[in-house]
Amino acid sequence: MDIKELLEALCNTNSISGDEYRLEGIIMPVFKEFTDDIVVDKLGNIIALKKGYNNKGNIKVMLAAHMDEIGLMVKHIEENGFIRFTSIGGIDPRTILGQEVIVHGKENLFGVIGSKPPHLQEKDEIDRAIKIEDMTIDVGFTKEQLMNLISIGDTISIRRDFKTLQGNRITARALDDKAGVAAMYECIKELSRLQHEPDVYFVSTVQEEVGVRGAFTSAYGINPHIGIAIDVGFGATPELSKTDTLEMGKGPGITIGGNIHPGLRKKLVDVAKDYNIPFQYEIAPGPTGTDGRAIQITREGIPTLCLSIPLRYMHTSVEVVDILDIKNTAKLLAFFITTITNTNLEGLLCY
Amino acid sequence: MLLKKLTEASGVSGNEKEVRNIILDEIQDFVDDIKVDRLGNIIAYKKGKDNPKKLMITAHMDEVGLMITDIDDMGLLKFTTVGGIDKRILVSKPVLIGDNKVLGVIGAKPIHLQKREEWQNALEIEQLYIDIGVNNKTEGEKLVSIGDYVIFNSQYVEFGDKLVKAKALDNRVGCSLLIELIKEIEDIGFYGVFTVMEEVGLVGAGPVAYTVEPDLSIILEGTLCYDIPKLDSHLIPTHLNKGPAISLMDRTTLFDMEFRKRITKIAEENHIPYQYRKSSMGGNDSGKIHTTKEGSVTATISVPCRNIHSPTSVMSKQDYENTYKLLKTILLEYEKGEL
Repeated sequence: MDIKELLEALCNTNSISGDEYRLEGIIMPVFKEFTDDIVVDKLGNIIALKKGYNNKGNIKVMLAAHMDEIGLMVKHIEENGFIRFTSIGGIDPRTILGQEVIVHGKENLFGVIGSKPPHLQEKDEIDRAIKIEDMTIDVGFTKEQLMNLISIGDTISIRRDFKTLQGNRITARALDDKAGVAAMYECIKELSRLQHEPDVYFVSTVQEEVGVRGAFTSAYGINPHIGIAIDVGFGATPELSKTDTLEMGKGPGITIGGNIHPGLRKKLVDVAKDYNIPFQYEIAPGPTGTDGRAIQITREGIPTLCLSIPLRYMHTSVEVVDILDIKNTAKLLAFFITTITNTNLEGLLCY
Repeated sequence: MLLKKLTEASGVSGNEKEVRNIILDEIQDFVDDIKVDRLGNIIAYKKGKDNPKKLMITAHMDEVGLMITDIDDMGLLKFTTVGGIDKRILVSKPVLIGDNKVLGVIGAKPIHLQKREEWQNALEIEQLYIDIGVNNKTEGEKLVSIGDYVIFNSQYVEFGDKLVKAKALDNRVGCSLLIELIKEIEDIGFYGVFTVMEEVGLVGAGPVAYTVEPDLSIILEGTLCYDIPKLDSHLIPTHLNKGPAISLMDRTTLFDMEFRKRITKIAEENHIPYQYRKSSMGGNDSGKIHTTKEGSVTATISVPCRNIHSPTSVMSKQDYENTYKLLKTILLEYEKGEL
């Protein structure tokens, strides 16, 4: 399957934290084709294993990209059938006004998040953001009609189709971090054409957006020698400072900071240079906001790396990435993995 | 489907061409005279038996939207609003730009990089921009020009219990009603008029009234509906599913009481549900029509639309059908000379 096709399928399927199982039907078959084993663990993480060649010391590399996405949850149904809701994960209330949504009840129900007509607004109202607790969803049914269709606790996602912009840019909801899952898939395909010693575990993790939870349990279970989180980084836009951001189309961000093993990071940079793969640096002095922060402190501690795919408008429903950046992330990962051997691993991990 | 075609067409005030062409196509075989005037208004006439009063039914064709004002060095597009748009509903939406409908998105600063007080305040138009995926100004200029009109990328969707979601229901719903009337009604003489630029100040309506000189005018609209829970009933301008809304007054017109009462009486006699539009805010083409030349008696009949002026406006097909029924009945009364 083409990476863009996979990404489209992933983004057009909802997988709000805690409700990720919907992606199993998409990820399992395509990952299975290139891997030796695939399982779903107790929390719902999908773990695919690609065995290494001549792996005498049984060395293990774990890649993690989270498949969950932020969303909403049904809290209350009003007398007139309007739905009150809360958020799952970091949602800016300003980004959901006037959106179309899908309420994942007994069946998927279309709805819209209402807005007050400008004609009726007080002068100072217009400058204030509307709070989530003051918003309602209209699914066009009465409370009685809804009783058999929707329950408190059902998840709600913003309805947005995957679309192609100019050049290699695409826009969708939840490219954070389905772009990362797509990068893992591309990496598997790259590795199937290369020889590598380490066993590689490709983990599509759950519940990253609510506290990197799937990464904790999967890293514990796999107990890898090296953990690599693939997530998204802030794409450059005019309102953001240059030092906080990555440029679009200029390759993955390689994270530098306390979350990152310095020896491995140096190796990663060398590989990028050797193979002419564009990359940028991302600075994060403390724990990153990725699965990497969980992996690093699992068991007795695991040397960790983070790669960030540049992404604009993070946590809105119109996130933008450049497909080239995903491909370069995958390529860098694959070549990096081929350079890790039973012989050099200990040296690389030494301080 | 007519309403789908009309709502998905691009017709921001001053750029009504696409909508105008759909309407011309639909009605030209059903009218006795039709012309597009100097401003772009459509004035159609259907012949019928002589009536002492000249009747004009109007609907505006335009919708609110955006216009490109600049392309910056990164290829991002700055814009301004055309008509009354709540800046807060623009964030995190896809849009279509210009005649070629280039897809773009209006993004926002990631919540991770915001200070707490930031997300309590609305984003200003000046802080927003459209991203079409190009790298720089030169690439952007090949696809987009300053002055291009921008519409919301929002499809017609039927959902819930006979509801419709679309952009531009204000006022393609009025256009759709008027087109259907023109196509169905026979032997009743009236002017069917589709105006331009209502949303930027009732621009087309004055010249149209000047040309037609109507005695009676009915303005068809999609109007405010804000029936959220726990709002005092007197603050609710209209309810969904309670039938056509008859205007009492707004910022531009005090509607003729006799005409209004005649209309509600017709509704009652024919068991057609109706409601009053209980807000004096907003205004429509009636404001110009009732004061042009020696004046005209006017009434406004509207289909209630939730989330008006947003990409996700909502109306009820039941309200649409009842509005149509009322209009047809009014025309029959008019034919009898009893309006």
